[in-house]
Amino acid sequence: MDMDLPLIWAGLLSLGVFIYVALDGFDLGVGLLFPFFAKDADRDVAMNTVAPVWDGNETWLILGGGGLFAAFPLAYAIVMPALYAPFTIMLLALVFRGVAFEYRWRDKSHERIWDTSFVFGSFMATFMQGIVLGTFVQGIEVDGRAYAGGWWDWLTPFTVMTGVALCFGYSLLGSGWLILKTEGSIRAQAYRFATLTAMGTFFFVCVVSLWTPLLSPEIYARWFTSPTIYFVAPVPLLTLVVAGFIARGIYKQIDSIIYPSTIALLGLCFIGLGVGLTPYIVPRAITIHEAAAPDSSLMFMLVGALIMLPLILGYTGYSYWIFRGKVRHGDRGYHS
Amino acid sequence: MLEFFDAAMLARLQFAFTVSFHIIFPAFSIGLASYLFVLEALWLKTDNPVYLRLYKYWLKIFAVGFGMGVVSGLVMSYQFGTNWSVFSDKAGPVIGPLLAYEVLSAFFLEAGFLGIMLFGMDRVGKKLHYFATSMVAFGTLLSATWILAVNSWMQTPTGHAVNELGQFVPGNWMSIIFNPSFPYRLLHMTLASYLTVSFVVGGVGAWHLLRDKSNPEARKMFSMAMWMATFVAPIQIFAGDLHGLNTLEHQPIKVAAMEGHWHRQTGAPFLLAAWPDSEKERNSFEIGIPYASAIVLTHDIDGETPGLTDVPASDRPPVGMVFWSFRVMILIGTLMALIGIYSVWLRWKGRLYETPWFQKSALWMGPSGFVAVLAGWVVTEVGRQPFTVYGLLRTSESLAPVDAPAVAASLIAFIVVYFALFGAGTYYIIRMMCLPPDGQGPQAGKPLRAAGTTPAASMTPTELVGGL
Ligand code: HDD
Ligand code: HEM
Ligand code: HEM
Repeated sequence: MDMDLPLIWAGLLSLGVFIYVALDGFDLGVGLLFPFFAKDADRDVAMNTVAPVWDGNETWLILGGGGLFAAFPLAYAIVMPALYAPFTIMLLALVFRGVAFEYRWRDKSHERIWDTSFVFGSFMATFMQGIVLGTFVQGIEVDGRAYAGGWWDWLTPFTVMTGVALCFGYSLLGSGWLILKTEGSIRAQAYRFATLTAMGTFFFVCVVSLWTPLLSPEIYARWFTSPTIYFVAPVPLLTLVVAGFIARGIYKQIDSIIYPSTIALLGLCFIGLGVGLTPYIVPRAITIHEAAAPDSSLMFMLVGALIMLPLILGYTGYSYWIFRGKVRHGDRGYHS
Repeated sequence: MLEFFDAAMLARLQFAFTVSFHIIFPAFSIGLASYLFVLEALWLKTDNPVYLRLYKYWLKIFAVGFGMGVVSGLVMSYQFGTNWSVFSDKAGPVIGPLLAYEVLSAFFLEAGFLGIMLFGMDRVGKKLHYFATSMVAFGTLLSATWILAVNSWMQTPTGHAVNELGQFVPGNWMSIIFNPSFPYRLLHMTLASYLTVSFVVGGVGAWHLLRDKSNPEARKMFSMAMWMATFVAPIQIFAGDLHGLNTLEHQPIKVAAMEGHWHRQTGAPFLLAAWPDSEKERNSFEIGIPYASAIVLTHDIDGETPGLTDVPASDRPPVGMVFWSFRVMILIGTLMALIGIYSVWLRWKGRLYETPWFQKSALWMGPSGFVAVLAGWVVTEVGRQPFTVYGLLRTSESLAPVDAPAVAASLIAFIVVYFALFGAGTYYIIRMMCLPPDGQGPQAGKPLRAAGTTPAASMTPTELVGGL
């Protein structure tokens, strides 16, 4: 039997990127909300809700980069130069925030500097990821097997808008996470953030949905003409339902609903993006099959992925379970 | 001068800069994770609180170092594409899957259990915590294995074919992974990490012994480190020799550059110092030990060794850098072995902990492993030039189509950010090392952060060295 390995890998990679968004999204979101929390005690708690898990969350980003390199080397070779500046800034930003997790405990007298580094890094990383996303939707100029555009092509009103949109999305995830993991004043504050960021997120979901089809006739045709319209129509409808869940969760203060529903919301946006993108991996230039590594490479990796992914999900879940429950003032872990 | 800084040169500089920073942290993490694994095992076995205190002491240092390793590594995984996109397109089908295996099998393992290792001491039982430590240690070794398979394939490519698009495609995975230089490089690098950390631990132990020679933790650390130096340094020299012989077989021109030999000759000397001149194709100055190189490389006093002029100038690596980096590595390896041997003598005399000049030497040798690791990698990578995939793909043909200003701007950003942020991290690590691990300091319940105000903690690196 012949398997369509490139398609399987496109699916696995999308899954990986989505898990990344769901997981690192909340810890970047906590970074975005961080400056609004009271200094010292509350910030310590906010930081400690993510400290044991952020490294694992970021590993999904490495999987995204490494997986693209391995499964679709041509796409990697075109996309990275096209997005040279956003990726470089994102990576540096992740350095800024990554070191803050340790440094702020090691140097109380400069704690403010490292708090700023954490916030600034989280913001730049999120914003740049949004820009990357926007560039993907907008299109990348290709000539033969290489990127052919200039090094500012990624900067357009549309990509700036997607950058801002993602900041709202991640902040909502972060609020949902903090609602789950904290109590008292922090939880109350997280609810206020959730209200604001949920409104922002809904707004931007609408803007993106209306703007994207206008970018290319091909995407327009997917969404608004028969027969594809019958397949894609449920996506906006489900989005409305999920938005309702989030609103109700916030209104009735049901802690456990907001974070999962936000993931569902972003998942639907992700599907919407996929609808506009398939069968391309570099938008409207290179298809999944054109960019794929030979089957021998894909098969070799698939064996590993099928064995390792369940294990990874298993022990990652286990680690989350160990750190389950609310984080309280004074919980310091090994920093004490 | 300005032409020198074209996009290709800048991209190489940037890659060299970021990867050199990165390797410092993994070398530290690989060794330290194994050390923590040993300390926790000894604690579980003997119940001796000294081991537990040492474990907690080094755990905090490990956390800072590991964090820097993770973020600098994340940068690396995207730099192949941003700076070497043609290389990525061509070599991706072969090395991509190996990197993917590294992420799947090693990085997730490290990251997944790191949280438990750092934060889980009072949430899980002792056994489970020990399991987490061992998974992290195992993960670091696994990660080194995969990345070195990648690097070794780039040095000694086997098991692949080339398709009609000019891409390298996998033929036989076993011979891709177990390519000829891989076992040697893995062994040599793993030992390098262990030695690096031994000398860091030894240096810290020595520092505290100089201030209080009865400190039980300092004595334990110092003793453990010196045993490592005694046994591992000689093994490393032996492994390095094997590695060199392997290189002679597969990359003879690299060996010619390491030796500073311009011409194929018999009975070649080992040059202690030389000034290679690639214009004139000779050394403008040299002193050496007659026949030594022939003996080491061919095990025969009249053996024949390769010379740089065996190949056209366009196929030769930059000689001076390779030559001198190699000398630095050898010198450090030799000094490490001497320290190890002398420690046995002192131990036998019962003066291991109270010979101040020896403790001072160990203190000075503390950072030497990092220097040797960097020097070794410069030999390896610069010696591979002008190719990225040895003999098959040139560095000049591997480049991404990015403009020089973009690369220049990002290079400057990397330099500024790395020095500032990793400089701060290194400073915090050194500051933690200056605190004694004896339980009188911050370990006894006081948060470490408050300790920044005690005199011992605010000792700066300059005071540390100046205080000798
Ligand atoms: C603590 C670190 C350390 C020490 C003491 C030594 N080395 Fe080393 N060496 C490395 C750390 C290292 C390294 C960083 O790990 C390298 C770079 C790539 C590799 O696999 O190992 C390396 C590379 C390297 C190479 C290059 C191989 C190639 O690329 O083809 C040779 C021939 C040697 N070493 C030989 C030696 C010898 C003869 C030593 C004994 C005096 C020695 N090394 C000590
Ligand atoms: C981690 C320790 C390493 C150090 C310190 C190091 C150092 C260097 C240096 C100095 C260069 C520039 C050589 C030159 O252009 O003259 C270089 C280039 C390069 N290295 Fe390494 N390297 C390391 C590991 C690796 C590994 C593990 C890989 C592959 C997986 C790798 C792949 C490359 C590539 C692709 C280049 C660019 C092309 C080239 O100039 O050869 N390096 N490295
Ligand atoms: C160009 C080559 C390299 C790339 C692309 C790369 C990539 C990465 C990445 C993405 C991480 C973060 C993983 C995490 O989140 O846990 C990392 C960490 C690590 N890397 Fe590298 N790496 C390279 C070279 C090396 C080399 C030469 C070694 C060792 C021989 C090495 C060993 C490690 C280890 C042990 C870690 C764990 C974190 C730490 O030790 O601080 N890497 N690397």
